Amino acid sequence: MNVMYFAWVRERIGLPYEDIQTDAATVLGLVDELRAREDRYAAAFADISALRVALDQELSDFDAPLAGVREVAFFPPMTGG
Amino acid sequence: MTVRVQHAIFDAGAELNAFSKGAGVGAVVSFTGLVRDTDGTLHQMEIEHYPGMTERAIAGIVDQAKVRWALDGVLVIHRFGALPVGAPIMMVATKSAHRADAFAAADFLMDYLKSRAPFWKKETTKDGTAWVAAKDDDEAALDRW
Repeated sequence: MNVMYFAWVRERIGLPYEDIQTDAATVLGLVDELRAREDRYAAAFADISALRVALDQELSDFDAPLAGVREVAFFPPMTGG
Repeated sequence: MTVRVQHAIFDAGAELNAFSKGAGVGAVVSFTGLVRDTDGTLHQMEIEHYPGMTERAIAGIVDQAKVRWALDGVLVIHRFGALPVGAPIMMVATKSAHRADAFAAADFLMDYLKSRAPFWKKETTKDGTAWVAAKDDDEAALDRW
């Protein structure tokens, strides 16, 4: 699936997006896999209460299932307007 | 309904004049947000967004407004990229037969665009760059609706 990062999450990980093969059942499972990869991921996902997640471009939750999802995006709370 | 997500600058006055046309329209409300320099240290504001989700999220917010209030039209323009101090960032306009609907819908749209449309602001000041943190008040404002 395509995993995207925005704002300081993108800066901390050092990538705007990447293709990730995962068997994780939920967003939280994917986060755990990412955290285990490298320090920069562990740092970005240290406190998920400071993050939001979108699944296929719809705002979602960290306990949401990943079945059928093609695009996951992680970002901080939005500051539009 | 018109939604535009763009880097290019826009002329809020010209947009408003064009938007205000319509025989049944009795009330137009608009808001324009500008890059503000509160203490004389801001060099520029950089706005990042999530292409695709941005348009979809704004359209969803506009659809909610259209269900809740009697509107003849909605205009949303939101810019991204590097913007200088004083530049327009975004504008919202609503039109309706009566002012109450136009005011309420514009207020609702602003509250939702602030914390439910995927934009992130980054400020460059004389001290460096920093992402603008979302405020608890912005999230709390959604409870009004």
